[in-house]
Amino acid sequence: MTATTTGSRILAALAEVRDPELDEPITALGFVASAAVTDDGTAEVHLRLPTYFCAPNFAYLMVADAYDQVAALGLRTTVILDDHFASDAINEGVAARAGFVRSFEGEAVDELDELRADFLRKAVLAGTDAVCRPLAGFPLATMTLGDIPYSPALQRLRRRRRDLGLPYADDSPLLIDPRTGDPVGAGDVPLHLRKARLTRTSLDANTGICRGMLKHRYDTDGQGEEAL
Amino acid sequence: MYEKDGEKYFVVDSHMHYWSAGPDNWVPGAEQYAKGWIECFHAYQGLGPPATHWPIEKFMSYTEDDLMKDVFQDGYVDVAIFQPTYLTEWYREGFNTTERNAALGAKHPGKFIANTRFDPRDGDDGLKQLEENVARYGSIGLKLYTAEWKDGSRGWTLKDPAAYRYLEKAQELGIKNVHVHKGPTIWPLDKDAFDVSDVDHAATDFPELNFIVEHVGLPRIEDFCFMATQEPNVYAGLSVVIGGLMHARPRFFAKVMGELLFWVGEDKMTFGSDYGIWEPKWQIEGFVDWDYPGDEFSDYPRVTTATKKKILGLNAAKLYGIEVPKEYQLDAGEGAPAARDDSVGVSSGSPAASLG
Repeated sequence: MTATTTGSRILAALAEVRDPELDEPITALGFVASAAVTDDGTAEVHLRLPTYFCAPNFAYLMVADAYDQVAALGLRTTVILDDHFASDAINEGVAARAGFVRSFEGEAVDELDELRADFLRKAVLAGTDAVCRPLAGFPLATMTLGDIPYSPALQRLRRRRRDLGLPYADDSPLLIDPRTGDPVGAGDVPLHLRKARLTRTSLDANTGICRGMLKHRYDTDGQGEEAL
Repeated sequence: MYEKDGEKYFVVDSHMHYWSAGPDNWVPGAEQYAKGWIECFHAYQGLGPPATHWPIEKFMSYTEDDLMKDVFQDGYVDVAIFQPTYLTEWYREGFNTTERNAALGAKHPGKFIANTRFDPRDGDDGLKQLEENVARYGSIGLKLYTAEWKDGSRGWTLKDPAAYRYLEKAQELGIKNVHVHKGPTIWPLDKDAFDVSDVDHAATDFPELNFIVEHVGLPRIEDFCFMATQEPNVYAGLSVVIGGLMHARPRFFAKVMGELLFWVGEDKMTFGSDYGIWEPKWQIEGFVDWDYPGDEFSDYPRVTTATKKKILGLNAAKLYGIEVPKEYQLDAGEGAPAARDDSVGVSSGSPAASLG
């Protein structure tokens, strides 16, 4: 396997890592500064974020997820977050497989699973808007996922629901409460859709701001960013 | 004041700063944080029109003359409200203190309102300081930054009993308006630092105070909106929304404005330039000219001249008791600025009624 092939496999693995807050791949967001194989065969990945003070919990999740994805290729792996106030704690913690609580001794009481789930629920709501927006006028409360023609947005919504342990099969209701998985009653549909749209707007606006900040901070494209 | 097409706008810049962030003010040993903070602010400026960008050296240490020119002479602002941010762990004299702001304000009577702040971790000394600041600077508003670092602590929340003690004191001292700003670090670090639910608690328990959530809770606009719909005393501070999105991401700006107008309502949104991050001039000119860019926004509330007048100045004037000359006031039937029941859910006459 050539270094180039390995490099593209590493990038493909990194494309599976999402910013949990923005629900977009870190490659597309421009967060991968470099991804290469060193002379001794180690995969070395450098990540970068829009600001020095980006929230350390989300930063930790991205570094840890990047580590897991690349290590799953069977490579010795180093992932380094550059230019961040908590770089040292995060980089050392992930390298030692220490978990979040031990990486931030005395500053965290729990791992980040619940935080991640909270943001997956937002992604489900935002995804609901993406899927339902073209369906105005349909009886959404009685429809199932299988009633909707395939689209990347639908595929993504199914995956997020699956990740949360929510129903995602063809016969699952299209509209569910992302906290309980219960179907949304007909009378609650307008408010549910309003909330879905608002959540998507918020995610889109945050992504826009993060992209703008990153561009100001670094004048180069991230690895895998130009492909999109 | 600003005038366009025969309409006159009274402008209150309800969120702006006079900071000192150059290397001469950095705390030895904390230089990386002081530098990281101001560079982060500077990146936000990059979201405005290129002609309004400053070099980092000026951005760190703009002068009184810069401010007076940008905000009042070129920037149309009638009254500007200083919002302090201390950050004394990183900046020797503080980043932007009540004292520094008020000293500038004292030289220009009638132009500024000096808000002060508290930090519940300051204990009894902080309560005394708050009382002194209110007496000395006549503050009726507070700026609270919950993610400030202090002695190893990474921030606080408005739910803390210590914060309630301060809010009680603030109310007793005659404070009316509390501007809240979230940041990325708060203990414990595994929780979402930008969560606004603590504002919800405080707003419920202190109904006499107005809570203006700056940057509309960004990056948690959705949580902010859900909360604001239920709390008659919660307002949306638009700093960063206009500055950070109107030029850089006009379609997202339209959506965010549409959502805010729907959930929070035009009576409860206040303009703030966030100067020195962005100059007010382009923000005010652009906002007065702004409308939704196309039909896909047709189910959002409409934006009228009265909407813009309220947001640019009349709402904040009401909250701060600023006298507005007659020719800048609304005509009868154009609504009541800063009406508390303007949000969906708060008012029975709101668009939420149609949501069942």
